[in-house]
Amino acid sequence: MDGLIPPLLNGTAQGALLLLAALGLSLTFGQMGVINMAHGEFLMAGAFIAYLTQQVISSSDLSIPVALPLAFLGAGLLGLLVEVSIIQWMYRRPLDTLLVTVGVSLILQQAALQIFPAQGVPVEKPGWLDGQLAVLGYDWPLRQVFTLVLAALCVAALAGWLKYSSFGRRIRATVQNRDLAETSGVPTRSIDRITFFVGSGLAGVAGVAASLIGGTNSQMGTQYIIPAFLVVVAGGIGQIKGTIIAAWVVGVAMAYFADWTTGSLAQVLAFVLVVVFLQFRPQGLFTVRTRGLT
Amino acid sequence: MKNLKPWLPLIGIGVLALVLLAVAPSVLSMHWINNLGKYCCWAIAAVGIGLAWGRGGMLVMGQGVFFGLGAYSMAMHLTLESAGPDSLPIFMILYDPLAPLPAFWEPFRSDLFTLLAILLLPVIVASILGYALFKSRVKGAYFAILTQALAVALAVLISSTIRETGGDTGLSDFKYFFGFVLSDDGNKLMVYLIAAALLVVCLLVVWQLGRSRFGELLIATRDAEERVRFLGYDPANIKLVAFVVAAVMASIAGAMFVPIVGIITPQEIGASASILMIAGVALGGRASLFGPALGAMAIGWGQSSLGSSWPSGWIYILGLLFILVTLFLPMGLSSLVGKVTGLVWRPRATPTATTPAPEFTAPEFTEVKK
Repeated sequence: MDGLIPPLLNGTAQGALLLLAALGLSLTFGQMGVINMAHGEFLMAGAFIAYLTQQVISSSDLSIPVALPLAFLGAGLLGLLVEVSIIQWMYRRPLDTLLVTVGVSLILQQAALQIFPAQGVPVEKPGWLDGQLAVLGYDWPLRQVFTLVLAALCVAALAGWLKYSSFGRRIRATVQNRDLAETSGVPTRSIDRITFFVGSGLAGVAGVAASLIGGTNSQMGTQYIIPAFLVVVAGGIGQIKGTIIAAWVVGVAMAYFADWTTGSLAQVLAFVLVVVFLQFRPQGLFTVRTRGLT
Repeated sequence: MKNLKPWLPLIGIGVLALVLLAVAPSVLSMHWINNLGKYCCWAIAAVGIGLAWGRGGMLVMGQGVFFGLGAYSMAMHLTLESAGPDSLPIFMILYDPLAPLPAFWEPFRSDLFTLLAILLLPVIVASILGYALFKSRVKGAYFAILTQALAVALAVLISSTIRETGGDTGLSDFKYFFGFVLSDDGNKLMVYLIAAALLVVCLLVVWQLGRSRFGELLIATRDAEERVRFLGYDPANIKLVAFVVAAVMASIAGAMFVPIVGIITPQEIGASASILMIAGVALGGRASLFGPALGAMAIGWGQSSLGSSWPSGWIYILGLLFILVTLFLPMGLSSLVGKVTGLVWRPRATPTATTPAPEFTAPEFTEVKK
């Protein structure tokens, strides 16, 4: 019984990081149907922005809170650039967005490799994340709590924004019926851009959280992209609640697997778990019912 | 000219066979023969991807899995053969000289078992995986991401089992290839000729499959899966066959890659290697017969020449290729050639990628099983 709690806490934090990485995807993939393989590199951009912010603001206590909105903005603008220059021509070819963004991701990785040192850059943890929080008799590192809180805030903000703001209403209208939305006066093109901006920006926020937990280097995006996609797919497309549950389950399962076996075997088992799960629910946990036979 | 047209692809294959098997060995130096052999391996895998993706609409982003199955089967056999009977591979001795050979290594001492494993392992894995995925109607992006995830998983698994598989350093230093000394130039040429001949065979297989009723059904499934289902066929079975054939081709490619290149590591089968295999197919033209093979050879050439002399530039070129080809030439370079000469074998229907065929949407109740 004693050994059961720490993996649960670790896994919850890991799941929260996964959720942050997947949240933007659930917006761009789930709502827009764009398979953005460069999402991991937007996350990487967020992590490097955290590093750059620390070069300007030397106090790490202050730099991370400043870096969060900057990373959102930076990664979002990067996403906007990709959307305007490439993806906007491909909305009718969803599978091809995957290939195009593979190209984008290769270029961004290589650019990061040349701009920053190959071995990666250090991102200092702020002092207020050094402590522990006592949970169920265990000391939960505040770094992990921070990821969880950040994920919760992002989910709440995104869900609220989608549900209550006029932008959110227009996004949902565009997703449900693009032609009707356009006829009703919704500017679907600018809605697409805003959605992609926010989705990519969320990857940037995830990047800041990732930089506090793992290394910041040009390859970091590749280790998040596939798990994040699996989480979105398992959660069900177009549903944030599915993504939340799937991220938590995958995170916790990986933590337990890692506890019983090894870290890399845990990753393999988690992948297998998702594939098996999709046998029983090919459309994921929650689905939006449509009449189309897709 | 008209009644010659159906045979043009066959003539093309003949010309390619002549160039690869007769002209290349007499013109090229041993160094380039070896390189060409490597490109042939990637081309074999690409021919399979062309079948599954170009003609079947399944974007297989994890061919590294099957490439790896073939490659590691061959590499384990060659490692054991080089180590000699009743002795351990060198990397295992370095870790623990007294440990027994892992059980799954033991059968790979046999020549026959190895050859069967190269052909049957991908059939088994692809059948189970494909059956499960296609029956539950996983397709499109879902399928692509899941296959890619499996490639990542296998690469991670191999990296982490250093004692059993050599881990990140992989398997290398093969001395013998089924009794032939690999350092000998004549034997190297023989290995190359086998790879080139296998490429020709794979092209013939795909050409014949394309002419057959199955080929028609495969394209029909790609363009309008629901219609095929309502006509009484099971699209899952059709896709499964194409997926399994592609998997076997990738496995053969991996198996030949090992004696030609002399090393196999998890990097050769992971996510980026799988994506590289896709790159050649996309560039050459996924739905054409020669496009995938020639595209893969071009990418292979770029990878090994530019990739080593100008690595950073090569990645940018590769990235730009992905973007530009997908944006402007979704059916690859062969669609250009095809327009000019009609030499290239192209699907009859307009590919779904550019103009989606209208899916037949019927209410749920019309769907009857069997």
